[in-house]
Amino acid sequence: MRIAARVNGLAWSGEVEPRLLLSDFLRSEVGLTGTHVGCEHGVCGACTVQLDGEPVRACLMFAVQVDGREVTTVEGLAEAQPGEAITVEDLHPVQRALHEAHGLQCGFCTPGILMTAEAFLRDNPTPSREEIREAVSGHLCRCTGYHNIVEGVARAAELLAADGPAAHDDDDR
Amino acid sequence: MKPPPFDYVAAATVDEALEALADTSVETRPLAGGQSLVPMLNFRLAVPERLVDLNGIDELSRIEETEDGGLRLGAMVRHRQLEHDPFIARRMPLLSEATPFIAHPQIRSRGTVGGSVAHADPAAELPAVLLTLGARVRIARRSLGGEPGSRVERTVGLGEFFLGPFFSALEPDELLTAIEMPPSAPGEGTAFDEVARRRGDYALAGVAARVRLNSGGVCDEAAISLVNGGATPCLMREAARTLVGQEPTPEVIEATAAACAATSEPAADMHASEAYRRHLIQVLTRRVVSRAADRVLT
Ligand SMILES: Cc1cc2nc3c(=O)[nH]c(=O)nc-3n(C[C@H](O)[C@H](O)[C@H](O)COP(=O)(O)OP(=O)(O)OC[C@H]3O[C@@H](n4cnc5c(N)ncnc54)[C@H](O)[C@@H]3O)c2cc1C
Ligand code: FES
Ligand code: FES
Repeated sequence: MRIAARVNGLAWSGEVEPRLLLSDFLRSEVGLTGTHVGCEHGVCGACTVQLDGEPVRACLMFAVQVDGREVTTVEGLAEAQPGEAITVEDLHPVQRALHEAHGLQCGFCTPGILMTAEAFLRDNPTPSREEIREAVSGHLCRCTGYHNIVEGVARAAELLAADGPAAHDDDDR
Repeated sequence: MKPPPFDYVAAATVDEALEALADTSVETRPLAGGQSLVPMLNFRLAVPERLVDLNGIDELSRIEETEDGGLRLGAMVRHRQLEHDPFIARRMPLLSEATPFIAHPQIRSRGTVGGSVAHADPAAELPAVLLTLGARVRIARRSLGGEPGSRVERTVGLGEFFLGPFFSALEPDELLTAIEMPPSAPGEGTAFDEVARRRGDYALAGVAARVRLNSGGVCDEAAISLVNGGATPCLMREAARTLVGQEPTPEVIEATAAACAATSEPAADMHASEAYRRHLIQVLTRRVVSRAADRVLT
């Protein structure tokens, strides 16, 4: 089937087989391997991406279902200058905060957590620790013990507030 | 861990979906939120020849008032919508209270009311909650030999809909189009609670309750249903009867909770023994029935 979608703001169109999972589409057709694949049944959260700004499991959708829609992956968060390598300064505040709070070790779970956290903080810019725990509860992390992930999301809320509301709504959601 | 090949039809209207389902020579399944169906495809527990995607059918996403002042939820209303809609919170607070217990936010962005009911999982929250609210299921199929686009519709009480674990009254050519609930009466209170091993996991056990008290504080009507309390989502009629005609005192509620535990038929599995589930059912029943009664009085 032919589909046309936007991935991180760029148009993608081409033929895909109906059974191609969105996660495999992003990794093998679009070439964005930041979206990780853990369990492929919705439990671990590693594959979480945003569909029109809302976090969803990429392993539980088909590529054909994003025809005409906008998908955002972890590669869409940082804002590097075209042709230049990404530096720490280019990182999205949520990425910077997780980095500063040691909210990752091996990093396998991190892309999914970032995509959830970014959407969560848009809906709830001043969350309590309890609300953060609830928000990231759909992500398994085998390394950190979660504590620093929660701290990282709390830190991200502070960074975003300091940046001001207008700083990161570049894609008009 | 890759789904088997299938043909894919993106339906834009209910009639298009019914048209695809009517051709039973090809094994066809509706694809709603996909949060139960896609895992089954990934594990190849389901191998349908064709999927009819309902996600493009706008008319199935409506939340509206019925003629009798009740509520109609289109089959494709998402869990996330139920969770956050202020109209739902006002009209059917039990739905807003129970929905956050379903899985995780990312799953609730996609999962649907119709999918949860059609899937007929005894461990799911919505079937139990909807049973307590006296819901009925609207079902449609294309009329055999009729003009293209002509439909046969039927309505089934949710109590008659669940026939076994993951087994409902839906025929392969039928589509669940909506869930309807009667209006809530004055003097009604509702509550839901469950126990799960981790947040977002399927509940070990859960209980939904609705009670109606008259001006004298006596219970005129009660409905209690269980999550993971038997082979199907089920109403606990005998336990509910112990409340009717009584004031909901702690003693009366304790008797109801005991009756609920005694008449439940929970299964044992690697997560919990039958005895532990029964214990949870008793504790949770006590909790939700008193909470529901308190909500009428305050
Ligand atoms: C990690 C994880 C945890 C979960 N935890 C919970 C939980 O705690 N509690 C809970 O209740 N659920 C849980 N779920 C399941 C989730 O709630 C599903 O969304 C729900 O069970 C099915 O809804 P769906 O819209 O995704 O349906 P689908 O997966 O699209 O469909 C399910 C079945 O119903 C059929 N169907 C769907 N819609 C219709 C229709 N309109 N007419 C006829 N047939 C139809 C499909 O053909 C399929 O057989 C979990 C899922 C995951 C992945
Ligand atoms: S790979 Fe999608 S949730 Fe685990
Ligand atoms: S950092 Fe290793 S899984 Fe989370």
